Order: sequence, then C-alpha cells, then structure tokens
Amino acid sequence: MSIIETAAASTVKKFSRTVSRRGLLKGGLAGGFLVAFHLPLRAANEPVQPPDVTDGKFAPNAFIRIDGAGHTTLVMPQVEMGQGVYTAVAMILAEELDADLSQVALQHAPPNDKLYGNPTFGLQVTGNSNSIRAFWKPLRIAGASARAMLVQAAASEWKVEPASCTTSKGQVTHSESGRNLSYGELATAASSETPPKDVPLKDPKDFVYIGQPLKRLDTPDKVNGKAVYGIDAMLPGMKFATLAACPVFGGKVGKVDDSAAKKIPGVQQIVVLDDLVAVVGDHMWAAKKGLEALTITWDEGPNARISSKEIWQDLRDKSEKDGVVARSEGDIAKGLSIGDKMEAAYELPFLAHATMEPLNATVHFKQDSCEIWTGTQIVSRVQAEAAKAAGLPVDKVIVNNHLLGGGFGRKLEPDMVVAAVRIAKQVEGPVKVVWTREEDIQHDVYRPVYRDVISATLSDGKIAAWKYRIAGSGVIARWLPPAFQKGIDIDAVDSAVDLPYEIPNIQVEYVRAEPPAVPTGFWRGVGPNNNVFAIECFMDELARKAGKDPIEFRRAMLTKQPRFLGALSLAAEKSGWGQPLPARVGRGVCLQPSFGSFIATVVEAEVDEQGEVHLRRVTSAVDTGIAVNPDTIMAQLEGGLIFSLTAALYGEITIEKGRVQQSNFHDYRMLRIDQAPKIDIHVIKSSEAPGGIGETGSTAGPPALRNAIYAATGVALRRLPIDRSLIAAGKKS
Amino acid sequence: MATTLTINGEQKSFDVPADMPLLWVLRDVLGMTGTKFGCGIAQCGACTVHIDGKAVRSCMLPVSAVRDRAVTTIEGVGATPVGAKVQKAWLDLEVIQCGYCQSGQIMSAAALLAATPNPDDSDIDAAMAGNICRCGTYVRIRAAIKQAASGKQS
Repeated sequence: MSIIETAAASTVKKFSRTVSRRGLLKGGLAGGFLVAFHLPLRAANEPVQPPDVTDGKFAPNAFIRIDGAGHTTLVMPQVEMGQGVYTAVAMILAEELDADLSQVALQHAPPNDKLYGNPTFGLQVTGNSNSIRAFWKPLRIAGASARAMLVQAAASEWKVEPASCTTSKGQVTHSESGRNLSYGELATAASSETPPKDVPLKDPKDFVYIGQPLKRLDTPDKVNGKAVYGIDAMLPGMKFATLAACPVFGGKVGKVDDSAAKKIPGVQQIVVLDDLVAVVGDHMWAAKKGLEALTITWDEGPNARISSKEIWQDLRDKSEKDGVVARSEGDIAKGLSIGDKMEAAYELPFLAHATMEPLNATVHFKQDSCEIWTGTQIVSRVQAEAAKAAGLPVDKVIVNNHLLGGGFGRKLEPDMVVAAVRIAKQVEGPVKVVWTREEDIQHDVYRPVYRDVISATLSDGKIAAWKYRIAGSGVIARWLPPAFQKGIDIDAVDSAVDLPYEIPNIQVEYVRAEPPAVPTGFWRGVGPNNNVFAIECFMDELARKAGKDPIEFRRAMLTKQPRFLGALSLAAEKSGWGQPLPARVGRGVCLQPSFGSFIATVVEAEVDEQGEVHLRRVTSAVDTGIAVNPDTIMAQLEGGLIFSLTAALYGEITIEKGRVQQSNFHDYRMLRIDQAPKIDIHVIKSSEAPGGIGETGSTAGPPALRNAIYAATGVALRRLPIDRSLIAAGKKS
Repeated sequence: MATTLTINGEQKSFDVPADMPLLWVLRDVLGMTGTKFGCGIAQCGACTVHIDGKAVRSCMLPVSAVRDRAVTTIEGVGATPVGAKVQKAWLDLEVIQCGYCQSGQIMSAAALLAATPNPDDSDIDAAMAGNICRCGTYVRIRAAIKQAASGKQS
C-alpha cells in the first residue's frame, strides 16, 4: 500500500474510492483547528479511506483522522515536490499528537482554502519557503488538541484526572492503575469531546520527533517506480495528447494543414484552438509524431519583433531612473557625497524552471463536471481557473493533486491545467496532455530579468552610505495583486530592504520594469536570488576597495547580529577560510537574510586560463531556528546549491524574433554529477522558531561562486551566467 | 506491429508502431509508469532501463530494436541483488528529493555496479553523467553508489 493517497474521488492506478467533500468543508483553519475522529470504514488491510463524516457522528477535521483500528491519517496542507515537507508536517503533527510516526498514512489535501489555505497567503500555496514557518504553530495546536481530546476521553472512561494520564506512540496510559487505551479504541469517545482552548504545547526539550534526522515518508515508493506523479495518471479509455503553442509569445494559430498528421498510425484527433494546436492519439508517440507532421502557419503578432537586445536596453534605461523608495534611513544624499564612492550594476537573465517532470495535466471533461489529475503548488487556484476554462461552477471541478516531479515555482501557475481543460473540452473521454520538453522550455513563465544599480561610500573601512535600486518584474503585482501596495513589490525587494549590514545611510528603491512579451513568474529563490547576488557581489568589491578580507569586512558591520555572525564564523572555520590555496583557486562568501534563515556559504572554485570554472567545494553554515528534520535541511541546501550553481554556470533564456532560442537540455544546460562539488552543510543548533529552507540554497550559490572567481582572478563579473570570455581576458575591475 | 517483449521476466504482448520508443510502450501501453519521460532526446536519463543488463535510454530506443533481449525496469530491478542493494543505499542515505529522475538514476547505478562492482569516482562520473537531477542530489548519489558497492556507509 502506498502511504500517500489522493483525497478526491479517483480511479487512478490501483486506487479507487469515493469521498465526501462536504465532510471536509467543515471547520479547519477558519474553524480554529477543530479535530475529528472517525470510526473505521474499512478492514485493517484496505487502503486508507478518507472519512465519511456526513452522518454527523464526527467533528470536523483538517489534518488528523484516527479510525477505530487506530489508523492515523494525516492530510497534507502543503505539496511535496522534493523539499521533504510531507515528512516535516507529519513529524510536527505526530509530535504534539504523540502518534506513532511509523504508522501514519498521508493524504494529499483536496482544493479547499478554508481548510488548507496557507495562513500567509489565505489560499493553498506551497511556495516562498514558508510551509513550516506558516504551519508550525497551527499544526502543533492541531496535534496537541487532538491529543488532549483523546486524553480526556480516556480519563472519563477510567474516571481519573486527565493530568494523571500520559501519551506515547498512539496510546494513553494511566500508570497508577496500569491501564492503557489505544487512540483507535478512544476514537469514538474522543470525537464527542470538546476541543480545548489554549492547549499547552510541548516544551521543545520533550520533542521526540522534531529535531531528529528521521527517514522521509515519501521516498520508499520513489525507489521502485510506485510513486505516482501527475504525469503517471492512468484512466480507463484514456487518450494521450501533446500540444504546440505559437512559438512567438502571444501569437495565434493561422492555418493548420493536418492531412499528413491524420495518416500517422494512432493519431485520433487534431484540436485547433485560437492559440495552440494539440494532437490526440492512442499514446504519446502518436501524438508527438502527429504534431511533427502538422503544417501550422502562425499569426505571430506584434511580439515577433522582440529580442533580448531590446529587452535589455529597455531594462537598462528604466533602471537608471528613480524608483519608489522601499526603505530609507539616514541622509542618503549626504552619505553618498562623502568618502570613497563606488558604483556598479548587476544583471540576471531570464531562466526556465525545467522541472524534471514536464508540464502535464489529465482532464476528463463531461458536460456537467470536470475531473483533473495533476501536480500543482496551487490546487485551489487551479480548481478555480479550470472551472472558468470549463465553463462550470467551481464545485463541479474535482482536482486530484499528486506528488510533483519538481516545482521550483513553475507549478505556482495554472496555465498547463487551463490548456488541458480547453483541449479536453473537444475530446470524448479522459485525455492526458503532456508537454514535450521543447514546449516546456519555450513556454515557461520565466524568472524575470533584473538589473540592480548600487552606489556606496566607504568611511573607516565600513560602508557609510548605500543606495540600491532594483529594476525588474513585479511578480507579486501580477500573481497576488492585493499584496502589491504603493508601487513596491514585496518579492522584488525581499532581502534588499532587510540587508543585514549596519549602515547609517540607506536607500532602497524599486522600479517596476516588465519585459515586453515574455511572461515572468516565481523561480526557486525568487526576489532574494536577485538581491543577494547583487548585494553580496558588491560587498566583495567594496571589501577589496577598503583593503579588507571579505569576511572581516562583513563582520565589522554585523555587531548586533549574533545569528549572522554565528553562521559567518562557522562557515569561515569549516571552509578553511584564509588557508593558502593553489594559483587560480579562490574562495568566495555569501551571507543572506532570506526566508527567515541565517546562512553563510563559502564556494571554493578553480578557474582555468580559458575561463572555465571547476567547482571544488561548497560549505554552508545554516541557522534556521529549530531544525524540524536536520537531514532534510542539509538535503535542501545541497540540492538548492546545485540548482543555483547550474544557473550561475549555464542558465540563460534568450529571445530572438519573439521566440525562446533554447529548447531542451542540450542548449539549456544542467550541472551534472561529474561537475558537482563536494558539499558540506553545518546546521547550527537553535531554539528559535523555524525559518524557511527550500529556496535558501538557490540564493546562496551564485554570489559565493562569483566571489570565488573574483578572488581567484580579480575579474569582477557583474552578470550571470558567468562569462568565460571575460574571465579569460582577465579584465580586472 | 504485434510484438512480444520480456519485461522484468514476464512476457508482454502488444501491437504498436515498430518505430515507437520503448518508453511510450512501457508508460502508455503497458501502464508501467515508473520509467519517466524527461526530454525525449536521450539528454536527461529519466527514461533509463536495462536491456540485457545494460543501461539504455528508452526514449530513443525503437521497440522493434529490443528483439528478444531482456528488458528490466525500475519496477523489476529490485529483484536483482545489485538493484536491491542500490535501492537500499538510496533509502539509507536519503538520496531522493522529488524523485522524478531517480528511477533513471537507480537504473544507471545498478547497471554500473553490475559491470563494475567497485567503481571509483571517475567510473561513477562516466556512468552517471547522463542522468540529470534537477533537485541536485548528486552528492548523495555518489555516496550511495559507494555504499552499495562496499556495503558500508561512506
């Protein structure tokens, strides 16, 4: 039995079940984490069933269900895309519940903002590295409330004081009388208990699970092919489709000649919509070959004139103008007029997400309902957008969420589901729409291009004034308009308005600059990727001007920042900072305040005469507060570093004649195992509330690498991906 | 074309175009979805299977080219001693994140260890560089291969 189940009605693979969605609609986050229990609806060996609570016997429940046989099912409000959140969420719930973690089953949450909405956004969103930050307290309260109700039920049964009972591994014990009752035996009685107000939470010193490097709950099925991702949905009578959108952004379909495609064995149907064409067949091979055999004349529209050259010129022009002030302290004009002044501008390119699982959605459209199988970071928004595309009320759209084969922000968009629904409306029966890798790369929602302009002055070896202007997309402005206030995009300025250094005169500005034609969105590390890169690169240039060691230079401006200092000192020690290195080898540092964690990273790299860079070693020291699962934190840093070093070494999407020029992994390169450095992550013990971790490695890698190249060669790169020709030319700043 | 293949020791018969890559036969015709589609041009390794024990990218292998050779997929590799060792090491060292590429990684690693029981770093580089992991699990993949080879945690 798979431990991960889908909550909505589904006939995917071996699972077959029906669910009462009404039952799930009661209570939950809005209802103050009421906890329900339900009686067994199944034999012990059957797959875990979502509860049917329509008969009124059971109280509402968002996260925890315990049946009479003691089966504990935990419903996951956040989606698992590799970041380990299913394990961490289960650990937190089981900790306060005193459940036996080895016996729990997990379920994907269905779309329901009231029950499962991320408290930060008010809707179901897995992003911004905030799953644990946002749900830490609510999940603990949910677990502790459930535990208190079970204890109360046992105490009533035994006619003893609840305080005289203890709990462990799914059992309530009254040690004075030597009596035990399992949570399963107590489920019915507990369901009529009232949830306690202000339930006490465990003292962290009593944590059994939290803080332990426990094994992940999602990985056993990932070594044997049993894990089910959205792309693995299989339905009786299913057809398979793949699609082509106009290669020019915003272009439309002109004319389609499908005579050759229709002759391909296995091709069943050609679906022509105003902006895309899909071929439906017996399998993906027929669909792919059919698509290749089509002759499509596109109506390219006005964007066919756009190229990277114009996009960059436009961004550079806009970035030189004043922006909206996002932070202001001291007297910036005066501060910049005194002392040694330096100026620089840093630029980051468009990037594709390239999740290993290509975009896909399976849709069964009927006249009065629509059912969807996919993996998304925004399940409730997907449901709403699908309903619009289907022309149906939201409650007639069922979304079965799945494990994600990578998210990285791409699945914070609903476009792949909307396209599949529009295609499915033309198709009889269920259809799985899978994008080719080429379509996935060429019709992404890209990490924006950014340009940051910085000027600063030095006085007594410290920064006296700091003026920092960000120019780039307002992703929040498009994606969550109510959060875009007074012209300031809170994502675009993240880690810039809260830079950790003590500087008397600061001004941070933001210029909203949307690139023409190219859609932009969140990419793992989001705004901080841009800001930490520019800030930390410029810090090294300032340190050099001041004649200081880069770490000493930073340390002198962190006098009231013990957590940053702790991370910086540990990274310095563990990386061998200051110890001699061979010629053309350098170490570079990056310190970041992003996502509520305090992280210092040192990259050690060798640069050859041709400008090629070899990664030798990466060391990170991480203070992320209470480390719910330290092994997951290490894994996220290791992986995030590789993700971002990939981008620093290779990542760039370029536009010519309105089209993306890259198409697959041969020209949108990925770091491979033979180039991967040794990585050492050091997790600092802390009793502070947990910070975010999923995107921190993405932010850490590029500035540390760039500073290592700077240390090795003296070449101050100010643009990514790294330009080998500039390094080879040896042009010093 | 009516075709019979031996997949994980079982005979499977189906009728598909001769040029159809094995990947789509496995996934879309036989419903064996453990083998993954990643790029379609043998650049990422997500679709790796074994043909007579050797790692092959199934996305570019026409089904007609398999002939009577034995196909092993991620669903069956655990039945081989090397495959089971690799799966265990993967779990012991908690290699996996999203997991989408890991079917292919495990198949490549199992083929490597079957041919080279004690691989050094350059053997690992050569055998595994065709498998992309977007989550960046390479450090642990290398350690897990060494553990599977030696039976000891590195």
